[in-house]
Amino acid sequence: MDDYRLRELLEVVEHNPKIPPEELAVMLGMSVEEVIQNIDRLEEQGVIRNYKTVIDWDAVGEEYVYAIIELKVALEDRSGYDTIAKRIAGFPEVRSVHLVSGDHDLSITVRGKSMKDVAFFVAEKIAPLKQIQGTVTHFVLKAYKEDGLILFGDEKPKRLPITP
Amino acid sequence: MLGEQITDKKKSGKISKVVQSIPPSGIREFFDLVMGRDDIISLGVGEPDFTTPWHIREACIYSLEKGYTTYTSNQGLAELRELICEEIHQDQRITYSPDSVLITTGVSEASDLAMRAILNPGEEVLVPEPSYVSYKPCISLAGGTPVPMETEREDEFRLTPEQLEKQITPKTRAVILSYPNNPTGAIMEKKHLEELTDAINEHNLIVISDEVYGKLTYNKKHTSITTLNGMKEQTIILNGFSKSHAMTGLRIGYAIAPEEIIDAMNKIHQYTMLCAPITAQMGAIEALQNGNAEMEKMKKEYNRRRRVFVRGLNRIGLDCATPGGAFYAFPSITATGLGSEEFAAQLLTEQQVAAVPGNAFGKSGEGHIRCSYATSLEELKIALERIEQFVEKSLLGRN
Repeated sequence: MDDYRLRELLEVVEHNPKIPPEELAVMLGMSVEEVIQNIDRLEEQGVIRNYKTVIDWDAVGEEYVYAIIELKVALEDRSGYDTIAKRIAGFPEVRSVHLVSGDHDLSITVRGKSMKDVAFFVAEKIAPLKQIQGTVTHFVLKAYKEDGLILFGDEKPKRLPITP
Repeated sequence: MLGEQITDKKKSGKISKVVQSIPPSGIREFFDLVMGRDDIISLGVGEPDFTTPWHIREACIYSLEKGYTTYTSNQGLAELRELICEEIHQDQRITYSPDSVLITTGVSEASDLAMRAILNPGEEVLVPEPSYVSYKPCISLAGGTPVPMETEREDEFRLTPEQLEKQITPKTRAVILSYPNNPTGAIMEKKHLEELTDAINEHNLIVISDEVYGKLTYNKKHTSITTLNGMKEQTIILNGFSKSHAMTGLRIGYAIAPEEIIDAMNKIHQYTMLCAPITAQMGAIEALQNGNAEMEKMKKEYNRRRRVFVRGLNRIGLDCATPGGAFYAFPSITATGLGSEEFAAQLLTEQQVAAVPGNAFGKSGEGHIRCSYATSLEELKIALERIEQFVEKSLLGRN
């Protein structure tokens, strides 16, 4: 399959992973077999890494606290950023880990049940790591957009129902 | 039927004869039935369901913040006209100077100006049908006489040289081409356009080519007739940002034509419109400079809906040509034995789906309905289910 169509398949699946292959085939002008084979292959190759569901936990009363934490890292002999980054990434409380440019080195996101929860986690699990020179914790007060998804539901102006 | 109310209104003699002679828009009548109802899935909308891309809206906001709230030159901002020349050069490989471009308040204004600039009283303009509802009234208001050319389903609603030549008289002044077409979705490829040029040249016709859906073609790239041999001197291109960049409400379009014609159009424009709104012109500049990615994204989405929807219609038994452009499907509903107004009205009352009767776009649109697929895939799927139920019921009723 050509690159253009493959890309389009990925674009559609990225936003709507639940569309059945029969429907994808019609949407993209492919055969059902082509769709299934390509998706299988893309999954195997790790191009499609995961299918994710975005849940508004607040809506069911499960409140979480998020914090973005800047970490200053002192590299030890022979081990690079990867070693410490992987170590931190292992904690389930840690939602994302990025090596970044600027005046700190790693930027991580942590989720906990309360501010205390998050603060203890940082104090007990992250700060004591010997490569960590310092941490700055920013608690998230409100999320407006995440992973390309706008989270505020402004009312969309309505179109006229019939226009030429 | 639907128009009775309006035509029966008492005539006081205050309204000019030419305005009285223009029939009310078939779409407008249907609109009154649908307005104010929330339970309806509307396939009757002739504009994108996407909001104007944020970068364009943001550019408009920024221009307001900076205080760009003045008039522009009548012809429109030089930067915008230059960008339009660059764009058509890139897209169609044809060179125009910014003096050949006039920025207008939507394509609607450009279409009106074109008619008024070229027509003498009683001269005829050939209009392919089915087509957009404004051409004929614009021609009449400019003192001309519209002459329909009926295109056929078997030609996939393209204009053939026979249909064109059949209607040419000594009074014929111009011919309108509107491809990709609203309501049929038909396109005219280069080879089809080439078949028309002999007659156009022989009778020295002006071509008014409405290419507002030119960016929305799905398998073949759009060809403008102006690129064909000898056509540049004959052609007035009408185009705009409404459909390609989802900017309908900003009312911004343009005409490209030989300078003599642009000057004449500008003469009318300066006394009637003065200039297109500067905020919209600023948005259009941003659209041309940075709008490609968003446009492609919207086009891909339309294409996916097109495939799903057209296939769905054909499966239901409503024969539908595959539209090559725009965002309309134009299925035949003759299998149901209903006329297009009947079909549309009953579909609306029984299944709460609004589509526009095909005869609103000219006599030859009878037997069809126009369905816009500029609506979400979810809604299109529900609409298909409802149309299927409706068609099944009407087929049962017949047997």
